[in-house]
Amino acid sequence: MNKPSDLKGLVLDPVTNDQRYIGSSEPRHSARRLLEGQGTYIDDIQLPRMGHVVFWRSPVAHMKIGKIHTEKASKMPGVLAVVDGLQMAKICKPWVATLGHLAGMKSAPQHALAIERACWQGEPVVAVVAETRAQAEDALQHVDVEWEELPAVISMESALDPQTPLIHPELGDNLCFTRSLDVGNVDEAFANADVVAEATFGFGRHTGVTLEPRCQIADYNPGERRLTVYHSQQAPHMMQDLYCRQFGLSESDVHVICKDVGGSFGIKVHAYPDDFATVGLAMMLERPVKFVADRLESFTSDIHAREHRIKGRIAANRAGDILAFEIHDLTGIGPYSMFPRTSAIEGNQVVNLVGGPYKHQNYRAHLDVVFQNKTPTCQYRGVGHPIACAVTEGLVDLAAQKLQMDPLEFRKRNVIPDDAYPCSGISGIKLEVLSHEQCLRTIEKMMDYSALRKEQAELRKQGIYRGIGFATLIELTNPSPAFYGVGGARIASQDGASVRLDPSGVVSVLVGVGEQGQGTEGIYAQIAADAVGVSINQVRIVTGDTDVTPYGGGTWASRGAGVGGEAVLLACQALQENILKLAGAILNRPVTEFTVRRSYVLDKATGEQLLPFSEIGRIGYFRTDTLPAGFSADLMVTRHYTQKDYPFIFTNGVQASYVEVDPDTGFVKLLKHWAVEDCGRVLNPMLVDEQVRGAIVQGIGGVLFEECLYDESGLLRNGSMADYLVPMANEMPDIEVAHVETPTQSSKLGAKGAGEAGTAGAPGAVQNAINDALAPFNVAVFDQPITCEKILRALKKI
Amino acid sequence: MSLKKKVSITVNGVTINTEIEPRRHLVDFLREDLHLKGPHLGCEQGACGACTVKVDGQIIRGCLFLAVQADGCVVETIEGLTKSGALADLQESFMRHNAMQCGFCSSGMLLAAAELIEKQPKASRAEVREWISGNYCRCTGYHAIVDAIMDVLEARIKGQKIKPVVAHA
Repeated sequence: MNKPSDLKGLVLDPVTNDQRYIGSSEPRHSARRLLEGQGTYIDDIQLPRMGHVVFWRSPVAHMKIGKIHTEKASKMPGVLAVVDGLQMAKICKPWVATLGHLAGMKSAPQHALAIERACWQGEPVVAVVAETRAQAEDALQHVDVEWEELPAVISMESALDPQTPLIHPELGDNLCFTRSLDVGNVDEAFANADVVAEATFGFGRHTGVTLEPRCQIADYNPGERRLTVYHSQQAPHMMQDLYCRQFGLSESDVHVICKDVGGSFGIKVHAYPDDFATVGLAMMLERPVKFVADRLESFTSDIHAREHRIKGRIAANRAGDILAFEIHDLTGIGPYSMFPRTSAIEGNQVVNLVGGPYKHQNYRAHLDVVFQNKTPTCQYRGVGHPIACAVTEGLVDLAAQKLQMDPLEFRKRNVIPDDAYPCSGISGIKLEVLSHEQCLRTIEKMMDYSALRKEQAELRKQGIYRGIGFATLIELTNPSPAFYGVGGARIASQDGASVRLDPSGVVSVLVGVGEQGQGTEGIYAQIAADAVGVSINQVRIVTGDTDVTPYGGGTWASRGAGVGGEAVLLACQALQENILKLAGAILNRPVTEFTVRRSYVLDKATGEQLLPFSEIGRIGYFRTDTLPAGFSADLMVTRHYTQKDYPFIFTNGVQASYVEVDPDTGFVKLLKHWAVEDCGRVLNPMLVDEQVRGAIVQGIGGVLFEECLYDESGLLRNGSMADYLVPMANEMPDIEVAHVETPTQSSKLGAKGAGEAGTAGAPGAVQNAINDALAPFNVAVFDQPITCEKILRALKKI
Repeated sequence: MSLKKKVSITVNGVTINTEIEPRRHLVDFLREDLHLKGPHLGCEQGACGACTVKVDGQIIRGCLFLAVQADGCVVETIEGLTKSGALADLQESFMRHNAMQCGFCSSGMLLAAAELIEKQPKASRAEVREWISGNYCRCTGYHAIVDAIMDVLEARIKGQKIKPVVAHA
């Protein structure tokens, strides 16, 4: 199933007059270099006089920094500088990561290199720069930091207790942010319910594990007072802005370049202290400095995410209607809110999203976001969605079980119907248009649900325990400025594209959203080829360069296709208009008589080829003397797009998981996974399928394997890829993907995001499948990752 | 510390006579000294497979193998194997299935897949999954990679090549 040959372009009305690429499974031609070992990742770049930085990082969760002895290290071969926090603070300002629209949120000032105290194991304290990485690491052994361990806050459960020490005494408590929401009459709904189910859901702190670690090269040219940063980042303009603010530079003095990025998933959209330190070192030394995190540094300094404990309950009536949800969410985010997106967004999303697919009218939520002495957490693929979905769908299954209703029927009965939009969800979220009912019907057929239930029942008689789990989900994509801009964060939700017809008739497109492997550049080439009217091999996409592309927000919140794609479409359609105007000027005929087809201006009436684009280019650039006075050819145009109709454009989908649980070993075998996804107009089915599958596998990592394990003193116990388990091919199931296309009306293209829904739904679906398999034993596990050990404990086998 | 050792290594068909620090890993030698940036460093401890290269016909982890161990050996990287055409079918099939996203794992994944095709020409889907389980891919979910390898196995059995991907005009 889902071979590229089966993936015909999904049929919606065409966006362009000769649509050949939009909607088809066009391979990513520009990605061929990656298969030939010819990509350019940061560590592949070697600059003259380049130094390499390594960091002395806090070895404990919380410590007072004493004297720092650098004399010996400074004299080691090849060493260029040894720099501590006080020296760094002279050129790099500290920051406090809060957002104005998250009322009452607080955090403490954070420095590029820690001063006085280090607040998590892995926080950078001293930087050593040498001519080679090996020399820097050799010298690092000779940095001597006197330190004294301070009491650490490890468990989020006790972070707010009065006897718990304060991480930042000036804040008054260990509470970063709290929010309560109470809609309808929740107490009455629970009091009158026929069925109430409740559970406590645990989510293991995990991290992104990009295969290419975080890395960058900062270079400072004192002659032109200009900073250039080669970065492995999702948001180059955001970083440009932050370097300006922290180092007192102007945008014209800062150039950020992102070439190939070896995976990001949200890990590379934040501003890390070692990132600012690397920039500061380049400015101090006036030479390029490269930082490449090693894997242990990645595990202790890349953002973590998802450490939540949620008590939830659901009320339903005998007829099978969901009446209410109530949740209490506690999440631990490390010692600082992460810059600049903040660490309160994830919990805030959970509050917004729980119960989201359903039409109940009563909802109460409380959120506490607390500080602790662990690695800071922030937005990682899915941001709150996997948590909200697993809680919602776990409770939905518990209610269905109590009502003895089929879980799929129960969902069909309770989802917001497809004809109810636009409407508001119970938390106040605005929903433009969703297709829950159609998605549920599609997945039922796709997985042959009734046959699967029969098979499950047959096997159960033979002592084989299989389970089927569903997860209905919503995902916020195409964000408006409501996400960050209104809160004062200088993160663009608009994005822009510039498109140029080059003299020979080929097209260059410069886009603010970049590529980290999703195929962003691939779909932009498809859109550009169709919208200008050329072949795809005549389109070149340029991204990831703040000197070159229009100002944009980059990659986050599944906005590449819906926001960046729309900007490309608008720019390319405008270029086509200018091409026609120029043809009119050349031929002295009205523009209305022309159309464009495959690099030619045609006579609309006869279809006769009037002018090839190469001729348009030749005259437009080299023979403007032949054009009428006052006429400007304008073969390059820029358009920006902001999604302003809604705070976000929500997408929806449903996933199903089929598993087998061995009650003797607790071992879970994933047999199959299905996903139905509605991301509006599908621009490239093959790419969307791979986005969905990759995201599902990341979600499976979270529900079954991944957890940053800490000991009671706050030391990470599994900071290597051998100890921190990530999904490998052997444990993963085949994943079948189908699409429903409900385009958004907020853009011409109609595309919504597709990058995160897979991660949002997979943990809930697998959790429910495991618990369905365990149902005959009357036990359930809601603590992720759901390990063999936890299953055996639930079964009272250990 | 700088007691360098003389070695002679044939890399992608070219014999290199040089001196190498004994602690230098093969992948660092290839990347830093020879500027062959195709093999990547993901974990530096043999877990991820991104640094996979061939030594005397066998795939190895470039981060666990000292460069001096390759003295007298024939080393092949993604660059050389691309040029020789040894990986052409796999590369075309990976293109057709979009069996890569960020591409950081791809050179290692392709070399692992090529060895599978050589050693287990009749591998099943499950055997393909098992074989590539030493190579970490965070992006794709593996499904497309398995599809791509299966297509090459099927083509080989039929004595066919994978049709090159070209942008249709």
